Amino acid sequence: MCACRCGIRVHLRNGEVRYIEGNPEHPLNKGILCAKGGSGIMKQYSPARLTKPLRRKPGTERGANEFEEISWDETFAILEKRLSHLRATDPKKFALFTGRDQMQALTGLFARQFGTPNYAAHGGFCSVNMAAGMIYTIGGSFWEFGGPDLERAKVFFMIGTAEDHHSNPLKSAISEFKRNGGRFVAINPIRTGYAAIADEWVPIKPGTDGAFLLAVIHEIIALGLYDREFLTRYTNSGQLVNQDLTSADYGMMMRNPDGDVINPLRPHNFYWWDRLSNQPVATHSEGADPALFGSFTMPDGTPVKPAFQLLKERVYECTPEWAEGITGIPAATIRRLAHEMGVTARDQKIELPIHWTDCWGKEHESVTGSPVAFHSMRGLAAHSNGFHSIRALAILMSLLGTIDRPGGFRHKAPYPRAVPPNARPPKGPEAVKPDTPLGGAPLGWPESPDDLFVDEHGEPVRLDKGFSWEHPLSAHGLMHNAITNAWRGDPYPIDTLLLFMANMAWNSSMNTAEVRKMLTDKGDNGEYKIPFIVVCDAFQSETTAFADLILPDTTYLERHDCMSMLDRPISEYDGPVDSVRIPVVPPKGECKPFQEVLIELAGRLKFPAFTNADGTRKFSSYPDFIVNYETAPGSGIGFLTGWRGKDGKKSMRGEPNPNQWEMYAKNNCVHQHHLHPSHQYMRNWNKGYMEWAQQAGLRRDNDPITIHIYSEFLQSFRLAAQGKRPGKQPPDYLRSRVNTYFDPLPLWYPPLEEEHSDLKQFPLNALTQRPMAMYHSWDSQNAWLRQIHTYNYLYVNTLTAQQAGIADGGWMWIESPWGKVRCMCRHSEAVEPGTVWTWNAIGKSAGAWNLTAEANESQQGFLLNHLITEELPSAIAGRRHSNSDPITGQAAWYDVRVRIYPAAPDEAQQSSPQFEPMHPIPSMPEARGWRAFFAGKGENK
Amino acid sequence: MTQLALVIDLNVCVGCHSCVTNCKQWNTSGAAGPLVDENPYDKDPTGTFFNRVQTFEVGSYPQTETMHFPKSCLHCEDPPCVPVCPTGASYKRKEDGIVLVDYDKCIGCKYCSWACPYGVREFDEERKVMTKCTLCVDRIYNEKLPEAERKPSCVIACPTGARIFGDVHDPESTASKAISERGGYPLMPECGTRPANHYLPRHKTSMPIRSEQLYRSDNPLKVDSIEPIPMPPAHEDFTT
Amino acid sequence: MRPAFSVIFLTTLIGAAQGLFLVLYATELAHAEVAASFYIIGSAVILLLSGLGLLASFFHLGHPERAWRAAAMWRTSWLSREVIALPAFMAGVFGYACAHWNGSAATAAIGGVTTVLAITLFVCTGMVYAAIKVLKEWASPLTIVNFMLIGCASGATLASAYAVFTAPELTAIYARAAMALTFAALVGRSAALLRNARLKPATTMQSAIGVRHPRIVQRSQGAMGGSFNTREFFHGKSEAFIRSIKPAFLVLAFFAPLLLLFIGISTPTLLLIAFLLQYIGLLAERWFFFAEANHPQNLYYQTIG
Ligand SMILES: Nc1nc2c(c(=O)[nH]1)N[C@H]1C(S)=C(S)[C@@H](COP(=O)(O)OP(=O)(O)OC[C@H]3O[C@@H](n4cnc5c(=O)[nH]c(N)nc54)[C@H](O)[C@@H]3O)O[C@H]1N2
Ligand SMILES: Nc1nc2c(c(=O)[nH]1)N[C@H]1C(S)=C(S)[C@@H](COP(=O)(O)OP(=O)(O)OC[C@H]3O[C@@H](n4cnc5c(=O)[nH]c(N)nc54)[C@H](O)[C@@H]3O)O[C@H]1N2
Ligand code: SF4
Ligand code: SF4
Ligand code: SF4
Ligand code: SF4
Ligand code: SF4
Ligand SMILES: [Mo]
Repeated sequence: MCACRCGIRVHLRNGEVRYIEGNPEHPLNKGILCAKGGSGIMKQYSPARLTKPLRRKPGTERGANEFEEISWDETFAILEKRLSHLRATDPKKFALFTGRDQMQALTGLFARQFGTPNYAAHGGFCSVNMAAGMIYTIGGSFWEFGGPDLERAKVFFMIGTAEDHHSNPLKSAISEFKRNGGRFVAINPIRTGYAAIADEWVPIKPGTDGAFLLAVIHEIIALGLYDREFLTRYTNSGQLVNQDLTSADYGMMMRNPDGDVINPLRPHNFYWWDRLSNQPVATHSEGADPALFGSFTMPDGTPVKPAFQLLKERVYECTPEWAEGITGIPAATIRRLAHEMGVTARDQKIELPIHWTDCWGKEHESVTGSPVAFHSMRGLAAHSNGFHSIRALAILMSLLGTIDRPGGFRHKAPYPRAVPPNARPPKGPEAVKPDTPLGGAPLGWPESPDDLFVDEHGEPVRLDKGFSWEHPLSAHGLMHNAITNAWRGDPYPIDTLLLFMANMAWNSSMNTAEVRKMLTDKGDNGEYKIPFIVVCDAFQSETTAFADLILPDTTYLERHDCMSMLDRPISEYDGPVDSVRIPVVPPKGECKPFQEVLIELAGRLKFPAFTNADGTRKFSSYPDFIVNYETAPGSGIGFLTGWRGKDGKKSMRGEPNPNQWEMYAKNNCVHQHHLHPSHQYMRNWNKGYMEWAQQAGLRRDNDPITIHIYSEFLQSFRLAAQGKRPGKQPPDYLRSRVNTYFDPLPLWYPPLEEEHSDLKQFPLNALTQRPMAMYHSWDSQNAWLRQIHTYNYLYVNTLTAQQAGIADGGWMWIESPWGKVRCMCRHSEAVEPGTVWTWNAIGKSAGAWNLTAEANESQQGFLLNHLITEELPSAIAGRRHSNSDPITGQAAWYDVRVRIYPAAPDEAQQSSPQFEPMHPIPSMPEARGWRAFFAGKGENK
Repeated sequence: MTQLALVIDLNVCVGCHSCVTNCKQWNTSGAAGPLVDENPYDKDPTGTFFNRVQTFEVGSYPQTETMHFPKSCLHCEDPPCVPVCPTGASYKRKEDGIVLVDYDKCIGCKYCSWACPYGVREFDEERKVMTKCTLCVDRIYNEKLPEAERKPSCVIACPTGARIFGDVHDPESTASKAISERGGYPLMPECGTRPANHYLPRHKTSMPIRSEQLYRSDNPLKVDSIEPIPMPPAHEDFTT
Repeated sequence: MRPAFSVIFLTTLIGAAQGLFLVLYATELAHAEVAASFYIIGSAVILLLSGLGLLASFFHLGHPERAWRAAAMWRTSWLSREVIALPAFMAGVFGYACAHWNGSAATAAIGGVTTVLAITLFVCTGMVYAAIKVLKEWASPLTIVNFMLIGCASGATLASAYAVFTAPELTAIYARAAMALTFAALVGRSAALLRNARLKPATTMQSAIGVRHPRIVQRSQGAMGGSFNTREFFHGKSEAFIRSIKPAFLVLAFFAPLLLLFIGISTPTLLLIAFLLQYIGLLAERWFFFAEANHPQNLYYQTIG
């Protein structure tokens, strides 16, 4: 099922699915279900199911959608031959990219064992800004890693969220929150879904939240509405920053050679300026209190300032009036909202009688918190200025003292993690060697320029240019550039592209029409520029047409799955939770779980982690792998944390338990570990928690996780760009870019696209939103859901539409500098006048998903992605940059600028562009003219 | 006398359509099913659903309210759809007030749907009978289900708990209490149908802040020897 | 409402049949000197028309084989009553014809009973529509009056055409009666049109969703490919089409027949054309009768989105 991973109970009648209901005993959804979850039957029995391995018919062109059935034996033989050759020669030439799956722990391990760095999942085009922006600040983030404590909050600010990953729990939490009298403010250019039930809707111009947040921070600091105690003890606000412009350490934290390093891998020997004794002291010195403001001189003469002073200087000019001009939100509203946050945080403190000890040994009788909660997702993330906006948000939340405290933000295991987490990407071309696994995971968290994955010229080693100077902190890779780069051979050509659970020829690519051409483009030698494409999907997506080999996957009702603590588990605030899926119906036709395919291939390719000493295969199947795999021999840490140990009595860590699956099955498929109450809060600095987490294998170290109001990590990149720092240097053409964006303090700049679009010509922003009743592109095959969203309109503010002369319901064009689309218009009062929007991924390519070529999805529906470019022209001739955040490589979906105008009356009443209709391929079930589902009659094939 | 009904809380409904598909899911394989879908994979798909969620915009930008509005049969206390039915297929149960259609009696004349002002009856084109929300009679009395699950499918699935099920004649029921405490209202009261289902209106929580709340003697700026800026107006004069 | 052709045929055909019967019976009561065959063939025509109407009505049903069940709820349902009244009327007409065949003296008595049945059927048919309170366009005594007047007018026009072949001496008087009835029907129908044009809907968007605000616009009706509710209650034609139907049916059903009836007094062949035109006009009239009725449920089905 989807990213939210609710617990379900499936009832069968005569072997057919009768009813899927929410499992009331599941900690996540507690019995509730969404529209998609309730339509699972129509997915299971969809005529778009792929049921046999298929090979592109010899002699036919790629994209022509001509396939022939082959056996799994042949399939594996083809793959083994091709992949073992690549592995033995140049493992980089194999690229594995996966979409919205839940098995990155396994796919990542596969890539690592293969030895290719060219692996990423959807994170880079999804919300890596959210992850990186917050994790580089507070060591945790929204998304699956943390969330708002709506049970105790009094005010709740939701910024740029339409549906969220945690959608069902969020829905129930918001409604409970409202019922308890909480005040809910939605900051969003559009008022739908959640924003619909907000007590106040604050429309904002897209891409300007950073300005809004900086103005709020300005106001909070100006009025002294920040939580000083929290800032001084738990953040780096009081730490002294080198202000010597001539120093190679300018802008870095001052290091106290006599201070307590705590963790040699990540020294904590910083200085405070003790305002009581008026001298520098080691941080957290007994009896000292750091100055937050001012400018001081160290005994050695180095000028220094507390980080907080620098923040104050940064936001000095960021007045509400300044932000009004950028965001369109009246200054008075910005002030009022800042006051609501600040006053509530200050006056409505929550105090829980929970005894805990902090990392510096100080005992606390209670846990306090401020009931001001925030939540944010892609509205902030999917902009090229999102990293800094999100840092600003995390800093605001910290100013209010709401991090891992009741009523504010709460972490979910395995978070909090170090700032940044310990995993580092490979460091250079030498990390990729034939027939050898990578030394570490392909993805990680650079801490300084030396962690970048670049060659001696500072050029990228990864296909997607992740961890290069173009996007240094691209912790989730840049899947959205993989195809374009592979096609252009920049940085190098590849051989085999394996796509799993991602519709890359449609909604998960930008510039879709062109990307489709790249998939079929041939070089001068007559060979495809991307020589071999393998697609693993459960359904006939737009992408399957471009495959040379199709691997038919099972559905979520047909396979074992696990939401592992090594990936993104379903943890709750009060402790780690992981979960599994257990098949309820047999695989349809010859469908095979992708996990089984990987385990089989790993065995055939003799990956060390999958092979016994005698060269035999280590794991017989995926369930076997899950039970027996350990991250290191004897580590006791595997994919699942529940019922470990021989007898299943251990939690989190322990020897493999052969009956682990049965134990999960008996326990609602979930393992939940409730932390001791004294370990549930303040986890960044909670000694007891840290020790427990280290012992449980969630953390490597047990040092405190200081909140980075000021980020010296970012500064280290800037110093490199300025040539002040030894070690890796950016290529010259990127120096000024790195210098600009690697600001240690949050800043707002206009989305990068604005540099390339004439704002007068393209005055509007175009957005998409998730419809609650559709999951990306793949629910249009669902006979029930497609009746709710059969096609999509472009929603335009009534006045904006009238000014453009476009009638409600009329045909129109929407055009960006990169492309244009014909669609239908709906007037709306619930959208900011400078924004137009549509539901995400409703439009389909004709004939895909086994819909007829006349189906509304392709004839009236449209895909906004055609308007969004995957690359922006760069200032340097011939170079192009990904259309992404310059720090994290987050795809800037929501930056695109457009204009709109009516379609001519004599134009076809059909959406444009159109593509050659796809036709059903072998082995797909037949789509009938009507359907009356009744379980158990054996009619539902 | 018992009158079972749904009370729909518009204050929390986010328009997720969960109630729509979960209703269909339960009912299509249940006593009310199968509920047909025509053109399921073709142009203009259409099918039988007992419950739909609609969206309305109230007011003009920026004072816009977006209302999500779920609607199924309201199980009227004076249901005009019942007396007009020539066959008696449409009936209102005495024991619990549920309005039902007996598919074996229905001749498919659609007359009842004309009489209903709410547009909640749906003619099933495959079975050629009139259908509508059954209030999940085959769940709510189902002894095979655990007590807690003897509720309509839509109610159980609804992520926001916006659907309250109960006896609106029993003043002690959660449903009745919600109606009386939260100003629950019927739709189209002028039609005289006395709907049993009620809707709870939007409710706004605001947070007025008095300017004196912005000043406090324990202002942390003072710790750092800075005076908070005077308010209003906000001068940007807070540097040292 | 979406005009259903089965119902349009049903109501227009049986209306003409009932009207024709009333004219025949009135002829008998007036002691006109006509052959029994005049009544017998006339009754056959009536039975034919009502039979066709009945047949048409079956096409309206999802389960025609269960139609018999429709008689069950005569205590509450006007539709049920109509379902009883129509066969009863037909039986009456049949009896009436038989009595004439047999030369029985009971013709007057049977005709009297059948007259009551015919009027009952008019009331039932009218009430089927007038009883739907939420459809303000229909919920008026005018609906019953007009069903009656229009039925009688078309019956009389038909009678005049029938008489051309069977009892030419009656054509003139029939034509005059038809003119009078057509004129009355025109008045009645115009009154209904005027009334409906001035109707203020009691049900508004505000009461439909229970929000008091002058500006409420639907943005999505919840199903984009349509549903029963978007098909059954909308005529699916443009406003312009609707506007053109009104004068068309007024001319065809009323003005043209009036003129032809008038000329037909001297040129009887035109009477047949008069009936045909009037019948076609009445089909349009009945189509409009449905299309004009704006069901309050439509408030919920305004925007696809
Ligand atoms: N039903 C359903 N649920 C899903 C998914 C799905 O496809 N369907 N997808 C899953 C996935 S992969 C993801 S990533 C999550 C995403 O979950 P969300 O982040 O909630 O998803 P989006 O639809 O991208 O919503 C972005 C919101 O941000 C707003 N927005 C855009 N730009 C700005 C801006 O500049 N400022 C502000 N303040 N707001 C802005 C948009 O109007 C929109 O409301 O949802 C997950 N859950
Ligand atoms: N314009 C615009 N574009 C966007 C976004 C946006 O907001 N606006 N959002 C972006 C984001 S955040 C995301 S995450 C991406 C999502 O983009 P994708 O990851 O491409 O998401 P889906 O469309 O869900 O495609 C998933 C594919 O997995 C297949 N699938 C489903 N179930 C299974 C299964 O069990 N096994 C296998 N093997 N395959 C399966 C589906 O058939 C489908 O082909 O879209 C991105 N694209
Ligand atoms: S589709 Fe996703 S949100 Fe919906 S019930 Fe399933 S797991 Fe939960
Ligand atoms: S399930 Fe609940 S929240 Fe969702 S649309 Fe239905 S009533 Fe509203
Ligand atoms: S809502 Fe309509 S169908 Fe339901 S009882 Fe009332 S009148 Fe009858
Ligand atoms: S359609 Fe069925 S339930 Fe409705 S009035 Fe006719 S017979 Fe009764
Ligand atoms: S009560 Fe049952 S039948 Fe009625 S809308 Fe809810 S789920 Fe559907
Ligand atoms: Mo995503």
